[in-house]
Amino acid sequence: MTRPSPLIDPIQARDRRTGLYLVLPAVIVLLLVFAYPIAQAFWLGLFANNLGTGLQPVFIGLGNYLRILGDGFFWQTFVTTFRFTIISVLLELVIGMGIALVLNRAFQGRGAVRTIAILPWALPTALIAMVWAWIFNDQFGIANDILLRLGLVSRETLINWLGQPWTANLAIIVADVWKTTPFISILLLAGLQSIPADLYEAHALDGGTPWQGFWRITVPLLLPQILIATLFRFAQAFGVYDLIQVMTGGGPGGATAVVSLYIYANAMRYLDFGYAAALIVVTFVLLILAVVLCNAWINRSRSKASGAS
Amino acid sequence: MSLGSNARQPRSPHPAPTRSLTLTNILFGLAVVAIVIFCLAPVLWQVLTSFKLTEDIIAIPNIYFPTRFTFDHYIQLFQRQPFWRYVLNSTFVAVTSTITCLAIGAPAAYALARLHPRGSHWILAGILLVTLFPYILLIQGLLQIVQVLHLANNYLALIITYTAINLPLTILVMRSFFAQLPKDLEDAARVDGYTTVQMLIRIVLPLTLPALVTTGILTFIASWNEYIFALTFITEDTMKTIPVAAAQISGSSTYEAPYGPIAAATVVGTIPLILLVLIFQRQIIQGLTAGAVKG
Repeated sequence: MTRPSPLIDPIQARDRRTGLYLVLPAVIVLLLVFAYPIAQAFWLGLFANNLGTGLQPVFIGLGNYLRILGDGFFWQTFVTTFRFTIISVLLELVIGMGIALVLNRAFQGRGAVRTIAILPWALPTALIAMVWAWIFNDQFGIANDILLRLGLVSRETLINWLGQPWTANLAIIVADVWKTTPFISILLLAGLQSIPADLYEAHALDGGTPWQGFWRITVPLLLPQILIATLFRFAQAFGVYDLIQVMTGGGPGGATAVVSLYIYANAMRYLDFGYAAALIVVTFVLLILAVVLCNAWINRSRSKASGAS
Repeated sequence: MSLGSNARQPRSPHPAPTRSLTLTNILFGLAVVAIVIFCLAPVLWQVLTSFKLTEDIIAIPNIYFPTRFTFDHYIQLFQRQPFWRYVLNSTFVAVTSTITCLAIGAPAAYALARLHPRGSHWILAGILLVTLFPYILLIQGLLQIVQVLHLANNYLALIITYTAINLPLTILVMRSFFAQLPKDLEDAARVDGYTTVQMLIRIVLPLTLPALVTTGILTFIASWNEYIFALTFITEDTMKTIPVAAAQISGSSTYEAPYGPIAAATVVGTIPLILLVLIFQRQIIQGLTAGAVKG
């Protein structure tokens, strides 16, 4: 590997060198913005660096990590994040699949509906959070107004959506599902369009119902797209920040505080830099672990799918 | 003529399937309507709120079809606050980030598709990995860099960050476009004596203009919408971007939230994106799909 292989001709060698120059700026920017902060967190996580130490780093080994083990609020945010992620992504998959199936059929005005269907994805999350906070406003919000008109609540029993723990959690899930379902339906739609129609025709000739066809043809053939969308969304939902920060600020009483909010508060508000770094490391490691497991699962089901066909 | 209509008609020879077909059609139509309402209603409600008089906004029960409309909230937004500044700020940051990202990402993508530099596999694996990184993991380390380099309240901090967070998708999408180009063209260019870089600029990039537009749109949208870095790196009020500036209106007064101006701010901040989606919906779908499939 140290000597250039004699099999590579000079033009190819020059190409490789040019290629390196072309790719270098991108690699430098990526290392600076992604690799450095993670590396810094691993290093800084070994120090106490907060108001108590006069914002000077004092080496404490694994002290921050021991503190995390006993930090009940961190694990609470972890559970909140996990619950938010799982429920949101599941709902998005189901609704996204429904939208994709509808958009996969030819009908008049499909182009317009498809444009409308990607709109939520393109809008700024921070602003959308304000839209949903307004919808879930306890006094003037449309959510309560609809329930009132349906007779499900009365003026005295109006729901304080963002003021109670479980309704606030429900509200952020609704907002997230609205915002990111389009992403999933676009991916699934692309997959649907690559499934040949004669498969369904043959299945119908064999006496299969559309419902059976969905489970026997659509889902297995769409599995790669489903898994990729799930992995993407899982990672994104796990790092959710702006939606919750703007909608509830983590409230009421920390009921909607997710890992991102807690890390941000430690780094920016409590100025507890060493501890924030350790939190970053723990979140990073847990996320990588989840991604590796997910990836192994994707590969296994992929090879299973190809083995079955 | 009769042939054409014949070819379309004779799908259902019996009357019974036709009736069930109309039932499915009705259900299908309802599903389409539901999708449209699901996607549009929250935005339309906010638009409506922004044009209502304040007393109509806080009327109980809610007024769905107001008879009086006002521009007051918009006037307030642009008079009391430098809101046009925020629009300009966001535009500047998003445009420069997009250009930088394409200028760095396209050559890198070409290199990875065609020139096979050393470590290509590692670079690609790294790119795939960082697409999954939550931004919160980067904020403390980046803030340190920003402070050391004195980049606080400097758009360079945002532009570099936005370039980086959009590079993975840009590189993945562009790489698949480059890989699809017929290679003969590049071989012919080489015979004509072009160097690799000349060939890239004069021949290959013009051919991939659609891909550049696609990835550029996605980068612009992501940069316009970004919140957490903009919130952290830019503290000077007149330099803020739209999402941050709009979000802080709601936090400014604890007792009486200015619902009208908040709604107006949301509308102003989303209009450019609605226009982008209307014009470029095909490119957006294409880019998202290509990016995820490559990932």
